[in-house]
Amino acid sequence: MIPSSFTYKKASSVSDALAMLKEHGDEATLLAGGHSLIPALKLRLNDYGYLIDISKISELKSIDDKGDHIEIGAGVTHGEIVDSALLQSKVPFFSEAADLIGDVQVRNMGTIGGSIAHADPAADWPALLLAADATINIHNGSSSRSVAAADFFQGLFHTAVEEGEMITSISVPVSANAKTKYIKFMQPASRFAIVGCAVNLEMSGGTISSAKVAYAGVSATPFRDSAVEATLAGKSLDDATIEAAGNAAADSASIMSDHFASESYRKQMAKVYTKRALKALA
Amino acid sequence: MNITTKVNGKEIAREIDDRTMLSTFLREELSLTGTHIGCDTSGCGACTVLLNGKAVKSCTVLAARVDGEEVTTIEGMSNGSLHPLQEGFKEEHGLQCGFCTPGMIMTAADLLSRNSNPSEQEIRESLEGNFCRCTGYHNIVKAVQYAADKMNG
Ligand SMILES: Cc1cc2nc3c(=O)[nH]c(=O)nc-3n(C[C@H](O)[C@H](O)[C@H](O)COP(=O)(O)OP(=O)(O)OC[C@H]3O[C@@H](n4cnc5c(N)ncnc54)[C@H](O)[C@@H]3O)c2cc1C
Ligand code: FES
Ligand code: FES
Repeated sequence: MIPSSFTYKKASSVSDALAMLKEHGDEATLLAGGHSLIPALKLRLNDYGYLIDISKISELKSIDDKGDHIEIGAGVTHGEIVDSALLQSKVPFFSEAADLIGDVQVRNMGTIGGSIAHADPAADWPALLLAADATINIHNGSSSRSVAAADFFQGLFHTAVEEGEMITSISVPVSANAKTKYIKFMQPASRFAIVGCAVNLEMSGGTISSAKVAYAGVSATPFRDSAVEATLAGKSLDDATIEAAGNAAADSASIMSDHFASESYRKQMAKVYTKRALKALA
Repeated sequence: MNITTKVNGKEIAREIDDRTMLSTFLREELSLTGTHIGCDTSGCGACTVLLNGKAVKSCTVLAARVDGEEVTTIEGMSNGSLHPLQEGFKEEHGLQCGFCTPGMIMTAADLLSRNSNPSEQEIRESLEGNFCRCTGYHNIVKAVQYAADKMNG
């Protein structure tokens, strides 16, 4: 399969990439790992005059410890997140989730920035960013802005990124008292999420002081489930709490239905996977 | 556009159409037909090569992307005698039709470079992106174990 013609341009820095985006307007798009974009171009679902390759920009490729948060460059690959000792120890559900994405080859190419920019409803990262209460840092060439994950994901393949902008990094808050887990019910061939459940519990002794629970794959837009979170807050993580939290999952969500899983099956799996994720932390 | 890349240790400069996939470039431009195209949609892993030592699906990587980088294909694995992975597939009957084999070997090479003594589970997980329609995978796992043992002396 051959995509329609385009001109390939290699960007050497963020400002270089943004200048190219400005020059070519909506005829151009960014190429990161290419593992969502290239399949779409080959199927001719998309068509661009210019591809601006940002995969060799070193300033997008670091994972930095900033004390109360970790900053992950948009160009960091899923595989680098699996291997990051910093993330493994401070935000373990990020490394866990990265290891469940696709396969080794996909993880060697695909990036966290590309995944969230693409905003596939079955992608894993959106649920993680929501549950971590992460902030997405965006640049347009003259100024930068930061958007909370809760405001970033706006619908099917739709985010807060506007024309002429790019994601430069993701800031992930770190807490010494957090317990985190990500598990998913996956499509067996691609490993995309049919139901992905990200749990981030802030503990105070044996009590959950606050909970953030988010889902991938369930709705067209990833979401935090306030009903589940309310069942957990102030409780200890015992069987009764886990049962109640799981039973509350996805009740008020607008749930997708496709040939992999019907609406009612997805909803049931959201409950089951919520319980499993919580049990793993108990 | 013009690209310069190192393929199997050899410096190569070519003019390409910007939209050329690495798999097509290797097969049609360089006649390295050991890299197979199965699905052409990033699903089957038959087209796997190493890009700077890491396994990638060459049907989903632009040839333009490897400008200034290093690529290793199945043709680059042996240096006169078979690579331990190739030997393993031969000794353990890790192939039947052989279509998936180059991709399996390149993915296994990535694994062994990170983990010289993988468990059976780790081998199976690392080959998750590679489909075989013939063998049932069992002997492929044994082939990788054979190579690991041989490389560990
Ligand atoms: C076989 C297969 C299995 C997969 N399995 C999973 C899975 O289990 N879970 C999962 O979550 N994903 C999965 N994926 C998707 C994979 O994670 C992709 O890598 C990811 O969705 C896109 O990242 P990328 O770096 O490849 O982006 P690209 O494909 O390069 O880009 C995607 C889009 O994002 C834009 N973009 C890229 N970077 C930026 C940036 N910094 N700022 C603004 N816009 C940007 C591009 O312009 C493009 O529109 C799978 C993909 C494949 C091929
Ligand atoms: S041919 Fe590339 S993954 Fe199947
Ligand atoms: S040996 Fe035939 S596909 Fe694997």
